[in-house]
Amino acid sequence: MIAVHNLCKTFRVAKRNAGLKEAWKALFRREHEIVHALEDVSFTIEDGEMIGYIGPNGAGKSSTIKILSGILTPDSGTCIVNGRVPWKERRAHVSEIGVVFGQRSQLFWDVPVIDTFELLKEVYWIPERKYKSNLDRLVALLDLKDILRTPTRQLSLGQRMRCEIAASLLHSPKILFLDEPTIGLDATAKIAVREFIKTINREQKTTVILTTHDMQDIEALTERILLIGRGRILLDGTLSDLKERYSETKTVIIKYRGDHFLLPDGAKVVERINGHATVAVNVKEVSASAVISSIVNQVEVQDISVQDISLDKLVVELYKEFLI
Amino acid sequence: MTLYMKYLAIHLKSQMQYKVSFTLNAVGQFLIAFSVFISVFFMFSRFGSVADFTYNQVLLCFAIVLMAFAISECFFRGFDTFPSTISNGEFDRIMVRPRGIVFQVLASKIDLSRIGRLVQAVVVLIYAIPTSGVVWSPLKVITLVLMLLGGIAVFSSLFVVYAALCFFTIEGLEFMNIFTDGGREFGTYPLSIYGKEILKFFTFVVPLALFQYFPLLYLLGRTDNLLYMFAPLFSLLFSLPAYLLWRLGVKRYTSTGS
Amino acid sequence: MKKYLSFFTIRFLNGLQYRAAAVAGMATQFAWGYMRIKMFLAFSKANPAAMPMEFDQLASYIWLQQAFLAFFAVWILDNEIFEEIRSGNVAYELCRPLDLYNLWFVKNLAMRLSRAVLRCFPILFIALVLPKPLSMSLPQSPASLILFLISLALGLFVSVAFCMVLYITTFFTLSPAGVRVMAISLVDFLSGGIIPLPMLPEKLLFFLELLPFASMTNTPLRVYSGHIAGTELAFSLGLQLLWLTVLVLLGRFMMKRALTRVVVQGG
Repeated sequence: MIAVHNLCKTFRVAKRNAGLKEAWKALFRREHEIVHALEDVSFTIEDGEMIGYIGPNGAGKSSTIKILSGILTPDSGTCIVNGRVPWKERRAHVSEIGVVFGQRSQLFWDVPVIDTFELLKEVYWIPERKYKSNLDRLVALLDLKDILRTPTRQLSLGQRMRCEIAASLLHSPKILFLDEPTIGLDATAKIAVREFIKTINREQKTTVILTTHDMQDIEALTERILLIGRGRILLDGTLSDLKERYSETKTVIIKYRGDHFLLPDGAKVVERINGHATVAVNVKEVSASAVISSIVNQVEVQDISVQDISLDKLVVELYKEFLI
Repeated sequence: MTLYMKYLAIHLKSQMQYKVSFTLNAVGQFLIAFSVFISVFFMFSRFGSVADFTYNQVLLCFAIVLMAFAISECFFRGFDTFPSTISNGEFDRIMVRPRGIVFQVLASKIDLSRIGRLVQAVVVLIYAIPTSGVVWSPLKVITLVLMLLGGIAVFSSLFVVYAALCFFTIEGLEFMNIFTDGGREFGTYPLSIYGKEILKFFTFVVPLALFQYFPLLYLLGRTDNLLYMFAPLFSLLFSLPAYLLWRLGVKRYTSTGS
Repeated sequence: MKKYLSFFTIRFLNGLQYRAAAVAGMATQFAWGYMRIKMFLAFSKANPAAMPMEFDQLASYIWLQQAFLAFFAVWILDNEIFEEIRSGNVAYELCRPLDLYNLWFVKNLAMRLSRAVLRCFPILFIALVLPKPLSMSLPQSPASLILFLISLALGLFVSVAFCMVLYITTFFTLSPAGVRVMAISLVDFLSGGIIPLPMLPEKLLFFLELLPFASMTNTPLRVYSGHIAGTELAFSLGLQLLWLTVLVLLGRFMMKRALTRVVVQGG
């Protein structure tokens, strides 16, 4: 279990300005600015939960993850992970967590993947039997059989990522931190990775904390979302709550035959081409079903679909609302 | 220990993938060391001697320093290249693994191409041992070994200091070269030739003289004082402040994050 | 012309930013100069007759060498350019309406100048005020100063032209580390970077002075201390000019060959 209370963290950052005059000045004096990375951050995560940690860049996501991993010490506040303070008992703490940095690999570049795995087995003191069973399981779930003996540099991005995730789970960590795990992957690979994470969470009860900008990852994997902006937790709730609270608009797409049709107040046509029309419905003024009935009575409708606000748009609305 | 061997095996395997680069590198290392050796040769052929040391005596000194440096550079390369380890996030990865941090930095890079310098040093040493006029005895052999160990300790500690400083700033650290590369280059000659102040500096601040100059005097029979023979042991003490600085650096990293 | 100038400025300003690096670099160079002079002092005391030049001339040689190290040091290579070649990004440069040789030449020149500018004045100042015998001496006459500056400029250009050849060989070998290490070891020695060339035996010296490496460092430094004069001086300056021309032509020729290869292979 992860329990975080009132975490605060500030940084001093040196400023650098452009231009010849500034470069000259900088030779003699450096200016600094204070960055409040985390202000009063609190949340609790139970074992086996999968949460999405979202927020714009620079909001404080990586600072939080670093504190939870034990790499960074906060200025004030408490943080207990699995009964330990991460930065105080570093070695015991990190032997129970796994971390995947989306853009930085822990696999040795020029040697076969399996060599890195064998090394990790030593590093984490994994007993032979557990290593074998974990490895077999991971190889099966992630389809790694054919690439285990390939040097990392010859793997495609998707293959590398699958190996990367396997590497982080060899020691059966209780908590898995995933930072942009699907970035740069093609559609098939993304789905494979998502399925795998769901399975691991389900079977091993591994707590998963996902930091990502890919809202489809969030939608596929997590129920609970933590939104952080400018160092503060702005939201801690479920995806469905979020959608309900923040989406006023449903989109109705119809394929029809006929001419014009009129719409009730609260609905307006966004696009109309060749017998396809996209209608935006403000559900506070009129229900989607009312709009649909109205259209059906006017023209011959061949196909209908109703969509919630897209998650990306939702996030944009969120950022706007919280001024981040 | 077995873990370090596993790392070594992987590094070996990795570097063997690039045989051409590796060979060129090793040859280049050899050539650099060779050009220093040739300079010594030319200087002596022109001048004959320096500060009461002959050519062969200086070669003894040169070989020890070069050997200690090559070995340090090979195994402590992780500290030597620490700026990039921090900047590319590899250090975070190290922090997230349940092993000692110093161990992991050591194991993170093992540069076997330094063998080019090592070969040069061994060849010169083999030549210098019989020709330097040293009256060899068991005690003298022990002295030689201590010199080497002291040298490895001092150079390695300097690399650790360099890495530790990276936690505080990434600019302006090239001054450390004065002691690492400089130590190797200036240490080619017995440190007394540079004058009293320099000798004092390299005795009490960066103890190069403790493994190079004083034991050399004992080897050459210019003193019978056994203290001179054991001087390298004092140079081992240099690793303490180096390690303390390192701990300070890691602490700073955990509180400022980069 | 203006295009090259803006690249020059950017690189130059970039170099200026690193104030701490400049201070550290100065300290390093000062230490090297000091220790080397001390070493030569020890040798000259052992056998004063064997000195090939006056000690103050030697001291000037060493200090100038350190002060203007950024001009001569072949191992100061622009890693950006190596990276571009290795990764194939050089293809982007080819899309620009600029001559690649000129562009890289200008960039390297700017890099060296900005490094030197930051460091040379303090080093020179200290070198002039040090107590004898460590100190550098002033030039003998305004004429020799001017000749020195001309030779220095020529030496700088020869260095850059040689670097260009090194960069371009990477097109053919794709192993910059190997090229770099070999270059450093040989060139440093042959240009007087480890011990001043005049210290070497005379028979060897005769050949070494004909090589381009001597034209980079050794010639300007000797011009300053008045170690060479008259016809020998004219000959040396001429040699610098000759090597500059040869290296630039070689570089351009190799560049052309390398680029056609790149186009054919597709990067």
